Amino acid sequence: MIALLARDLRLATRAGGGFGLGVAFFLILSALVPFGIGPDRAALAPVAPGILWIGALLACLLSLDRIFALDHEDGSLDLLATAPLPLEGAVAVKALAHWITTGLPLILAAPIFGVLLQLPPAAMPWLVLSLLLGTPSLSMLGAFGAAITVGLRRGGLLLSLLVLPLYIPTLIFGAEVTRRGAEGMAVQTPLVFLAGITLAVAALIPFAAAAALRINLR
Amino acid sequence: MTLLAVEDLAVSRGGMRAVEGVHFSLDAGQALILRGPNGVGKTTLLRTIAGLQPPVAGRITIPDDAVAYAAHADGLKPALTVAENLRFWARVFGGQGIAAALSAMDLQALAERPAAALSAGQKRRLGLARLLVTGRPLWVLDEPTVSLDAASVARFAGVIRDHLGQGGAALIATHIDLGLSEARVLDLTPFRARPGRTAQPSGFNEAFA
Amino acid sequence: MSIWKYANPAKFMRTTDRLLPWLVVSAAVCCTIGLVWGFLTPQDFRQGSTVKIVFLHVPAAMMAINIWVMMLVASLIWIIRRHHVSALAAKAAAPIGAVMTLIALTTGAIWGQPMWGTWWEWDPRLTSFLILFLFYVGYIALWSAIEDPDSAADLTGVLCLVGSVFALLSRYAVLFWNQGLHQGASLSVAPGERMSAVYRHPLYLSMLGFLLLFLALLLIRTRTEIRKRRLAALQAREMRA
Repeated sequence: MIALLARDLRLATRAGGGFGLGVAFFLILSALVPFGIGPDRAALAPVAPGILWIGALLACLLSLDRIFALDHEDGSLDLLATAPLPLEGAVAVKALAHWITTGLPLILAAPIFGVLLQLPPAAMPWLVLSLLLGTPSLSMLGAFGAAITVGLRRGGLLLSLLVLPLYIPTLIFGAEVTRRGAEGMAVQTPLVFLAGITLAVAALIPFAAAAALRINLR
Repeated sequence: MTLLAVEDLAVSRGGMRAVEGVHFSLDAGQALILRGPNGVGKTTLLRTIAGLQPPVAGRITIPDDAVAYAAHADGLKPALTVAENLRFWARVFGGQGIAAALSAMDLQALAERPAAALSAGQKRRLGLARLLVTGRPLWVLDEPTVSLDAASVARFAGVIRDHLGQGGAALIATHIDLGLSEARVLDLTPFRARPGRTAQPSGFNEAFA
Repeated sequence: MSIWKYANPAKFMRTTDRLLPWLVVSAAVCCTIGLVWGFLTPQDFRQGSTVKIVFLHVPAAMMAINIWVMMLVASLIWIIRRHHVSALAAKAAAPIGAVMTLIALTTGAIWGQPMWGTWWEWDPRLTSFLILFLFYVGYIALWSAIEDPDSAADLTGVLCLVGSVFALLSRYAVLFWNQGLHQGASLSVAPGERMSAVYRHPLYLSMLGFLLLFLALLLIRTRTEIRKRRLAALQAREMRA
């Protein structure tokens, strides 16, 4: 399992691995939003939590199809399926690798983009915390979508169509935590829901994703 | 010791039976070469034996964690070096002997090159070297000699012979002569599934026709 | 005799062939009487004539949810017992469910315009139906994207399972989200608030009509799917021979 994690991280960070693309996308999105909405602080600050969360979500979506598609093309997935490692474990590890290479940089960069979008300083810790609790479920659900569409030639668009509705609860609670943080309200309830969703997703989705992979390998 | 026993096996591709009634067994030290025209179901049979898809009928008996499968795609990452690729599969399968595998397939000189820089034949050799580091006794090989030159084919036949000598077994689908005189040959053509030959329906489509 | 014998496609085709005319006629009768009767009801003192859209809106909304539940059950039957007719029934039901959802959303918007002064309100109910529609679209798109029929049935089945959980989760998340925005209760079209019998009886009739309509459409579509599969099987067999 550690070998698989190390390999995926190494592949992502080497040339052509696409590491950092997600953050670059996030930056562009944060830079474009004021052009659309206007530079006014009073207009930007209220929408900042939502924009930041949607930006993180789309940046995460960008690299989802890489989770399994490349391994499927070069036959690695066949070999992993015959390896002693359970496929559920391989799915979880690959989702973790996806989170480390896209989710984690997003979380670290989010406060900077929060400044760009005039997010009140009081909300910064809540933004980081909500992303920290929420993005793992984005990666895991993304792995599920990637597992379902792995054998399809034009799976990319379908992948977004399947995965984005699954992101709705995470988005609602994640953005709510940040918004309440910005307004100085109690954040406990959405925070607990957010963490609960992520834990449930991490516990159950690997089984669904591995089942989908087995079907696609047949 | 029997490494693989196949009884009355039927496999299907795309909801239709490909071959049926296949019977054979492989003991340690034995090799079996599968032959048959394109599309008869060699790849499907091998994938079923490797556990990648369920059989439609019949039984496959294999000890746990015995199969090392190698097919057209080698499972190599172009961004990793030759040694890194091998080391990864060795760690996943809990096997050892990277240096031995490299020298067996004549890849020592290329060990630190990225796999992207290899030629098709060299990649193929690396893919076959992976079999050695898995430490698994039963090799299931689908057209292993594609893009290998004559010298490499001979070298690979030697590797298989060593593997058999150490108590391994190999099931190989191939069209060319590997020079493995001791290997048995099984032609799949007589096992080709005929509609209506067996009374019971197998796949979905047969239930509908 | 068990219900599972209808899992045999041939048996299913024979039975539904006899059943279908009755179903079509009774669906047409119930829908027509229910909707016409509903149209002739007196105007509501608060809502005026707009109240009459309820006879279209509520049955469609009810079917939109129930069809998804039916797809979930059919998918489970396929996954557990591998009955192919079940998988095809789930496939056949999805577009009907999507259209029902669309009818519920559209009639909701038409009703909302005079009542709320806007075509669209992010009311928890409407939002949940929009999300349900997204799930329908994803499910249908996945069916049409996969070539191998058995893999398609398996993968859409898994998606339906996971999607059901998340549709339910979204329902409650939306409730939470909307209350987070506006305090207090939101406008709702709940039929539960003591409706007088004048409205209730035609409503029940059109609900029954929509249910029968769904069953008739479902059987027709499932029969088409079975014929399609039979055709594909025969062609594959001919290619082989």
